This record gives sequence, structure tokens and C-alpha cells, in this order.
Amino acid sequence: MNGTGSAAGGDAIDRTPSPRADVCVVGAGPAGALVAAELAAAGHEVVVLDAGPRFDPDDRTERMERHLRPGPDAPVWDTDPERDAYTSTGDRHYPLNAARVKGIGGSTLHWQGMVMRMHEQDFELGSSVGLGADWPIDYDELRPYYAAAEEELSVSGAADNPFAPPRERPHPLPAFPPSYSDSLFAEACEAVGLATHSVPNARNSEPTDGESACVGYGTCKPVCPSGAKYDATRHIDAAEAEGARVVDRVPVQRLEHDDGGDRVTAAVYATPDGEEHRQEAREFVVAAGGVETPRLLLLSESEAYPDGLANSSGLVGRYFMDHLFAGMGGTLDEPTRQKHVGFNTTESHQFYDRPDDSRTAIKLEFLNYAGPAPADIALTADSFGDELLEEIRDGYGTHVAMGALVEQLPRKENRIRLDPSRTDDHGNPVPDVVWGFDETTRRTIERANEIQRAVLEELGADIGWTVGPENTGPAYHHMGTTRMGTDPDESVVDPQLRTHDLSNLTLAGSSVFVTGGAMNPTLTIAALSLKAADHLAERL
Amino acid sequence: MQLSRRDALAALSVAGVGSLAGCGAPIASGGSDGDGAAETAVSTEDSDRSDDAVGSHELATLVAVASAVYPSSVDGVDDFVRTYVGGRIDGDGTNAGGVAEAVTTLDEYTEGLYGAEYVDLSSDERAEALAVMSVDDVDPDPHGTDPQRVRHYLVNELLFALYASPTGASLAGLENPPGHPGGVQSYREGPDE
Repeated sequence: MNGTGSAAGGDAIDRTPSPRADVCVVGAGPAGALVAAELAAAGHEVVVLDAGPRFDPDDRTERMERHLRPGPDAPVWDTDPERDAYTSTGDRHYPLNAARVKGIGGSTLHWQGMVMRMHEQDFELGSSVGLGADWPIDYDELRPYYAAAEEELSVSGAADNPFAPPRERPHPLPAFPPSYSDSLFAEACEAVGLATHSVPNARNSEPTDGESACVGYGTCKPVCPSGAKYDATRHIDAAEAEGARVVDRVPVQRLEHDDGGDRVTAAVYATPDGEEHRQEAREFVVAAGGVETPRLLLLSESEAYPDGLANSSGLVGRYFMDHLFAGMGGTLDEPTRQKHVGFNTTESHQFYDRPDDSRTAIKLEFLNYAGPAPADIALTADSFGDELLEEIRDGYGTHVAMGALVEQLPRKENRIRLDPSRTDDHGNPVPDVVWGFDETTRRTIERANEIQRAVLEELGADIGWTVGPENTGPAYHHMGTTRMGTDPDESVVDPQLRTHDLSNLTLAGSSVFVTGGAMNPTLTIAALSLKAADHLAERL
Repeated sequence: MQLSRRDALAALSVAGVGSLAGCGAPIASGGSDGDGAAETAVSTEDSDRSDDAVGSHELATLVAVASAVYPSSVDGVDDFVRTYVGGRIDGDGTNAGGVAEAVTTLDEYTEGLYGAEYVDLSSDERAEALAVMSVDDVDPDPHGTDPQRVRHYLVNELLFALYASPTGASLAGLENPPGHPGGVQSYREGPDE
């Protein structure tokens, strides 16, 4: 329902608080959108507040051109350097603003769309092999939510993965068949003893009620003009259809609590005209990602919580994790048919589970978009005409590449903290990303490279590039900064994703991950969000 | 290889011009290979349009630049460029001023170098002019130096039109290039299928 009051953004949108809300959700990415859609469908009054704008779906082809023809003027998804300011002071630089989209839909607007369940071992890593820590829930507890999440995201997948955890029913849509490039890899993989299988994609292989099937734009990351790739605007739309109110461009400045420090009473947010408002609600859900969620808690310090809201453990912001990318590529002496689509169709999870504490998880990928497309070469070429065409023919068509996600273990020193020396457009200290990785992760990246080299050499590739420990980077999966647990001294939220300190504050998203595995996190984010929504519904 | 108006419309789709409906410019010349969409092109006789700065001279210059940067095996450049540019200008008016200014910049340069506007240069001189101006050696930038703006508004606009289109990319063996909604069959097919 809409609140009363004047427009507050110069765009005739009412951004004043709703007079009565059951739930206030901070963040309109996949976690917030799913929680909002579930609770709105259950008949609750829901308000969603997001710092970023509501992007017009009709602009997506223009955004696609920004991606295909990059220039100095505009990023694909609009950013605001003052709003999004940050620092990075760890061993490794962290390119935070390349790693997220602020706006309705959140980072699913630019994600790749790979959606795998984490493995049973992921939830008991500490007790099974002595790495990291155990989650307070196991795979079986999350399993029905994984199935529900696959339905919500219209996942296209198959049951051909011998390494996947048990599942109860097929994926909602059939998997995308393997690519021609995959067929070239198949023999080499068999020769080196590497089993491969399909990839679950949050991308329609067939039309659904609301969205078309994939039509092969090939620009999934960072923008899908057709809408066949899932993004969280689907659940924002669903939430709004059920009566939820979703307000853009309203960064939440802080959360306020009652005198006893037991309950959150309001989310204080700013509107584009500089006004501040208080949104009250019975329950609050912070779903602002692995960086902004802990930052908001830290910004909400009070007399009762001098180190930040819900931070009696001192762990808010701690254990920041990402996945490390390991990769290798080269060329064959034959066409490989790359760049027709922007997603992958074959992976190997053979090296996912850890045999002991010698290495972490590895998820291997076979890329369908290796090397440059013809236009990429043309736009940066230093030749024209016939010479350029020859350059394009030489540069396109024979590339192959493998990628991998490598697990990083939770380390207390990796953290999100406030940088008081720098403030954002509202005068709030910006997030400081303190990030690096340890020797175990380094060894695992090297192991991934060994496997990739064995396959590519068997394939007869002329290896041209490697991403290894020295030049690796993050996969833009922010995890771990408000970890889940049963011990209030060792965790921030309980297994219901409710903070130990405040009884009506839920944190949804990858910030609650205890360990990160090496699977793309969004399906687990979705499953946990559906679980959190169930718990919230019970309390409302 | 023959470029068609259909190719130009496909290139426009990649360039973010999803619909040409409502564009008022007339078709420059006849053609039977359109796909029934609201085709448009900027006519050579349509130089006095008040809604943009791209008239017959600018179009002729773009065609001339295309003749220098496109491979010699490509035919139908004139129609392709006119149709593409017509859609681009009508679809995104902000390009018009930049294109016109880049044409003026290029003309001033060739006037000094050859004593003639770019369209009046020989084929060899057109290629030479771009090289002497270092257009082949700069990063495109709509707000940059003269060569950078010529690269952005003229050369790269035309190269993008050609090589991001299915027909242009097919010159290198890619019939479904990024940006083109060419379906999910071709990625499964081998080079000879």
C-alpha cells in the first residue's frame, strides 16, 4: 500500500513511509525480492527499500550496446561514485563496484545465472575434513528449499551430474544441450579421467508463463535483453502484484531499536531530495548483500550496541569470503564455435568435494565464450579493410578455455569494516573491503590449473593464457560477513537467519554463509531466503 | 558478400534500436529484402531535415568511410550504411551531432592534406587519410581528440554495424554474434553444419 505524503524524488514517486507495515525489507536483490514475494503472497504488508534505481526494462538493448561497444561514458548498469564509494585495504585489491549492481533486481541484473546446490560436505566441512567450520543446518534441512528455489528461478537442468547431492525431482526445465565446443572437450576429458555433465542454468530453456525462452543474445553477463535469464525483478514484480510496496533510491542510513535493544523499531532512509524518513514495521529483513548488510549494521551503532547493531559477537563484517577464479585458455587448429551464447553448458564437479584438508573445493567450467568476437577485434583494431578482416579471421574462431571457481575458507582477518576517513554521499563511512587468501587457497588454485592444463594439452591446445595464484581475482560472490550459527558468541544469526541480539531482525543472503564452497551462491541464497520467509511467516 | 537492408536492420537491433516504428524519414532507395519492419533510411535528398544534423553530405561521407574500412569483398555498402545510419539517428538523436561534427573534422583534415573533402578522395586516399590522421591507432572516445572522435562516431560506428551483425560476423565464421538473438541451435552445430 502507498503511504501518504508528497513525492520526494523529483519523479512523482511517493517515497514517504507506509503507515503500517508488517515487514520492512532492505534490499531488492534476489534475497529481498524472494522474501518480499513470499510474505506478500501470504497476505502481509511488505515494504521494500533499495538504495539504487528501478531500471527500465525497455533500456536493456541500449545497455547491451554499452557492453558490446564499451566506451568511457556509461557503465552497463548505472553507478554513482559518491553513493558507491569504498576502500580496499587488504592483501588483494577488491574491485567492489564491478562486483555488484545497486538497484531493483540487485546483482542478478548482471550475473551469469549458474545455479548449483551446495554439496552435503559443504555444510559439515569442519567436522568432515577439518577445514573451515560446520553450518548449523545440514543439506537435508535445506533440501526442500533448494527444490523450491529451483522452481522460483525456473532452473534448466538435468540429473546427469554424478557428483551432485541427492535431489527429489527433476529441474523445472530441461538442461541446455552441450555445445559444439563441449564436444571437442569430451574426448580429452575422458582421456584424462575427468567426468563432465550439464550445467543448471537460471535461464529458460523453454518459455514459461512469464518469460520467453533464451533467444541467444549471448550477452547474459552483464545484461539479458530477452528476460530469459532470471533476475530478481521477477520476484519484485510478483511481490508488487501481491500488494508489496517497493521503493527505489532510498538508501537506508541506519536501523533504530527499542530501549531494551531487543527489537528493531525503524529503518531510517534517505530520499533523493535529502529528506530522512522512518519506516516502522513488525519485522525487518536486511538483504543488502555481503558488503552492505554488515555495513548497515555497523552504521547502526548505539549505546546498547556500541560496536554495531546485532554485533555482540564482534563478528559482523568478519569472515568475508569470495570465490577465486582459476582459468586457462588457448587455441586449436580447428574452429571451436565460440560466442554463440553467453552461458556454459558443461562443467565438472569431480574435484569439488575435498578428500582431506589439503585443498578446498574446485568447480571446473568449460567456456562457450572463449576469445574475442569479431566486433571486439574490429573495434580495437589498428587496421582496416581487407587487412582487418584477416585479423578478425585469425583472432576469432579457434579459442578454447576452461574456468574454475575455487573455494576460499573463512578467515577472520578478511572483513568488511567502516572506513571513517571517507564518507559517502550521505556522510556515512564507506565500506573498507579487507581481503586476501591463504596458502590452502593458493594450492587449490594451482591444482585447478594442473587439471586445466592436462585437459587442454590432451586437447592439443596451444595454451595462451593462465589465471593462477598470481593474477587471480574474485568471482564477485560476497559471502560470510554475518555468519550463521547456534552460539551467539560465534555467529551473528541463528539457523532461522534471525540475529541473536534482536528478535525481529532477519538477515537474508550470502552474508549468513558459514563457508562458501565453490558453487555460485545464488541458488543457496534463494533457498535460505525461502527458509527465512517461512520463519518470518510463522512469527507474523 | 552482398549486404542487404535486412542486415542493416539486424545491425540496428544489436545497436540497441529495437523498434524503428515512428521514424519519419523516407526509404533512400528501393529494395525488396526488407522484413516488413518500419524500415527507414536517411535519403540523399533529405538533407534539410531539421531534427538532426546528418544530411546527404554526412551520409555520403559515412559511405565513403565504410568503403575504406570494410573489406573489399562486401557489396551493397551504400544501402546498408544509409539504412543503418537512418535507424541510428532516428533511434538515438544524440548521435547526430557527434557524427556531423566528426565528418566536419575529417573534411577539414583532408582539405588540408589533399585539398578535398573526404568523399572526393580516391579509394587509396581515403584509407591513407585515416592512417595519416592516426584513426587506426587511437582509442575511440566521443569526447576525445579529433582522431578519437572520428574513430568513435564514424569508423567504429560502421565497424560495429558490420561485424556485430550476423552477416558481417559470418565473414569470420560466426553467424550468431553477441547481441543478435539468433537462437540456441547454432552453438551446438559444428563448422560444417
